[in-house]
Amino acid sequence: MGRGFFSRGFRGRRRESEGDDRIPPGQYLVDGFPVLSAGPTPRTPLAEWTFTLDGEVDEPRTWSWEEFRALPSEEVTRDIHCVTKWSKLGTTWEGVSVDTLLDGVDTAAEYVVGFCDGGYTTNLPLEDVTDGKAWIAHTYEGEPLPPEHGGPARLLVPHLYFWKSAKWVRGLRLAAADEPGFWESLGYHNYGDPWREQRYWGD
Amino acid sequence: MDERRLDGNATAGVLAEIFTFEMTTARTACVHCGATGEVGAQMAYVSEIGTVVRCASCNNALIRVARQDDGGRYWLDLRGVKYLQLEEHL
Ligand SMILES: [Zn+2]
Repeated sequence: MGRGFFSRGFRGRRRESEGDDRIPPGQYLVDGFPVLSAGPTPRTPLAEWTFTLDGEVDEPRTWSWEEFRALPSEEVTRDIHCVTKWSKLGTTWEGVSVDTLLDGVDTAAEYVVGFCDGGYTTNLPLEDVTDGKAWIAHTYEGEPLPPEHGGPARLLVPHLYFWKSAKWVRGLRLAAADEPGFWESLGYHNYGDPWREQRYWGD
Repeated sequence: MDERRLDGNATAGVLAEIFTFEMTTARTACVHCGATGEVGAQMAYVSEIGTVVRCASCNNALIRVARQDDGGRYWLDLRGVKYLQLEEHL
């Protein structure tokens, strides 16, 4: 476990055998971890990797990989739900809470865009990435997050469809106005709540 | 190299659902770098969430297609191409 490690939120594990009430409408369970790619897998060396917080902030913040990994991480176990209908229960991640990254930031922004290596973006209301709802995850099931699953770091927003949990995330841009991201601009729902089956525009 | 990368011919099926012209031999020009070539010679990323044709020169997303899984509705984004040149095969 890394420096500053602490954990909270072990909900899920002990209920793993009684999963039916944890599967949103239209979803089915998988044991594996499917990989969906809309582009090549970036392989940014950690020495060149940074995480940036910019947009509607007084001072943009940037962390190197070392600085990022020195921030306190949390272990979280969550169910994840892909818009292509697979769900996976009880996945365990370690990451830096977005609350930690935003600590002390004064902003009037109501939206945030996650931006990534390779040009992928996803948009979310700011309130959906704060108050313990989102992380920048660097570890999956105790191992460094593999590149095909978004390593070195991905956004983790488990209460929304998993395309919102952007792989290869490199920063968050705080914005006053909502701006649909890569899939949100191509028919996929702007918000993406799996429990309301918000897959496509108009759902 | 990316293990999930396909060539543009992998998009023939979904593009044929939308266009009446043969699309793998349609020529594109990339908005980002200007490179021209046939769709079939570009790179393709195909998954259940959508199909993305990317420029073989600069990786820009040329064509994006999403299809509602229960059918009937498609979304097509051509912002990545300056034009498509379509040939009638008589
Ligand atoms: Zn190009």
